[in-house]
Amino acid sequence: MGSRPKRRARDASVNGSIQIDRERCKGCALCIDFCPEDCISLSDELNLKGYFVAAFDDSKGCTACRNCALMCPDVAIEVSKS
Amino acid sequence: MKTVYARPKLLKEADFHYCPGCGHGIITRLLMEVIEEMDLQGEAICVAPAGCGMLLYNYFEIDVLESAHGRGAAVATGIKRVRPQNLVFSYQGDGDLAAIGTAEGFHAANRGENITVIFVNNGVYGMTGGQMAPTTLLDQVTTTTPTGRDAGLAGHPVRICEVFAQLDGTSYLERVAVNKPAAVVKAKKAIKKAFQRQVDGAGFSLVEILSPCPVNWKMGTLEACTWIDEVMVKQFPLGVFKEAPC
Amino acid sequence: MSGNAALGEAAVLSGCTHYFGYPITPQNEITEYMARRMPGVGGVFIQSESEIAAINMVLGAAAAGARSMTSSSGPGMSLKQEGISYLVADELPAVIVNMVRGGPGMGSIAGAQSDYFQATRGGGHGDYRTIVLAPASVQELTEIVPLAFDLADKYRNPVIILGDGILGQMMEPVDFDGLVRPSDYDKPWALTGAKDRPAQSIYSLIFDVKLQEEKNWKLQRKFRLIEQNEVRFETHLVDDAEMVVVAYGIGARIAKGAIKRLREEGKKVGMIRPITLWPFPMQAIRELANTVNDFFVFEMSAGQMVEDVRLALEGRGHVHFYGRPGGVVPMPVELYRIISRHYFQAHADDDRPRA
Repeated sequence: MGSRPKRRARDASVNGSIQIDRERCKGCALCIDFCPEDCISLSDELNLKGYFVAAFDDSKGCTACRNCALMCPDVAIEVSKS
Repeated sequence: MKTVYARPKLLKEADFHYCPGCGHGIITRLLMEVIEEMDLQGEAICVAPAGCGMLLYNYFEIDVLESAHGRGAAVATGIKRVRPQNLVFSYQGDGDLAAIGTAEGFHAANRGENITVIFVNNGVYGMTGGQMAPTTLLDQVTTTTPTGRDAGLAGHPVRICEVFAQLDGTSYLERVAVNKPAAVVKAKKAIKKAFQRQVDGAGFSLVEILSPCPVNWKMGTLEACTWIDEVMVKQFPLGVFKEAPC
Repeated sequence: MSGNAALGEAAVLSGCTHYFGYPITPQNEITEYMARRMPGVGGVFIQSESEIAAINMVLGAAAAGARSMTSSSGPGMSLKQEGISYLVADELPAVIVNMVRGGPGMGSIAGAQSDYFQATRGGGHGDYRTIVLAPASVQELTEIVPLAFDLADKYRNPVIILGDGILGQMMEPVDFDGLVRPSDYDKPWALTGAKDRPAQSIYSLIFDVKLQEEKNWKLQRKFRLIEQNEVRFETHLVDDAEMVVVAYGIGARIAKGAIKRLREEGKKVGMIRPITLWPFPMQAIRELANTVNDFFVFEMSAGQMVEDVRLALEGRGHVHFYGRPGGVVPMPVELYRIISRHYFQAHADDDRPRA
């Protein structure tokens, strides 16, 4: 399969940041449920599979705890920190 | 920016076919994380089941052999007896191991085959649409227990770790879960330990993983994770059931 | 040596390194022989928990590149059918021995020939074939074993050796000097771990029906190739025969005894003995029908191979049948009497159209 473009979160000035692969995301919301800082929410944007995708808000103070990546069953999340 | 978590390289590009919120996705990922970290890509051979886990060869960048339903432990035995130097593990669901494959699983364990069984327990038959599994709880509603599982009719849920712990041939048995981040971390540790023990020649290991199946449990994804904590672990307590000295 | 023991020794000499089996009469001596012999040659013996487990261990071992074998009898062979279907679909080599006993169900423990359909029609699911070899003596059994391993590796397909309870138990002189270990085949497809090569997998699930169809045609092409190249049979006194017996395995041994007596009385009876039951010697029988009008099929069953004989003849000639199912082994004299009667009948009906 070819690679697909990832929609990146706006570059953050906070410690942690995640990137969500829109097309892998199935909107299961486990990342949202387990994020301790409420950085992620379900957007009203649909991906090609027809799922509402999770979206990252870099203004909420992500700590790069990796809970989201730990829980994501579709390996759609990459976590970084500065 | 430093990446602190990235998709394992040992996962192929293909999207997982699993339902949203399915524990199989987490477990599939953990297995490749562990094999990558242990640098065992050249040694690992996986035996894939019938069931939701049947498409692992589309996801794993390691050698994979499909097995008929339930036969994974016997197939893994055949591979390991030919190639004891390889890391051989089967991936089996609750129907695969605890129903049709019980004899093969029990006896591979009893012979102390130096393989690892990854036993995904989600209390239901997922692939075929939500029928009762041997691990379905009493009173749990499934498509073949529409009024709830009745012990008189359908028996009691089977605790594989506890049963296999009775066998002298087993070496390491642990039950974990993937219903919350702390549990996922523990689950990964258990998988890594099982694989390391196999590499060290310790004998039969099995990691039973309580896994959410929100679609067939007819629950939301978080609800399914919570249900594991509040209900499922009462029947299937987490912990180590056997850890023979290496 | 007994047939069972000779089979075990021949397997070892053929390079079988992994044997998995479950006890069932009348082939227990094979399992026991391998238990004693395998460790001594650095091989692996496992008494599995069932015949199902054994065939699946064979599958795993074959996928990992080994020459692997299992053996059983009727009820156990029934259990193996799923595994055999998977072996064919996975294109894996394996040798599976059936020392046939009386059936159906629990049956009897005496030798019979009632698993012909199961072996040649493919008792498992899907469109597939297995090569089926039917020896008629202990010596021939030892020659068929290396052939079985060779064909299995050559075509990447399971091969069934169809013996029977008598062959397994009978004691005959055996000479292993002529046994040539089949040379090893390159197995780049084997699952050995993705070291210095891309990961590979072996599976048979194909959801896309067009691809599944293509896979089936690929297997069919393989089976056509086997049909072209691997038919084996033996003829006995057919050149001037007016009636040709068709029998295999122990059945052919009994028939030979009957034919000897018939010939002494001047009756022109011959025999064709299929050695490969699949691919069946269709062409050879068709050709015999150019000069022979009457075919007498004898089986230790209620009649299974007789259908293949009818298929081969396509309506030509006349097919007689005699069978004794359940594990009964008739003496040659019984067969002599029955064939005599049919021979007399065939010659008495002078107005029947000839071939």
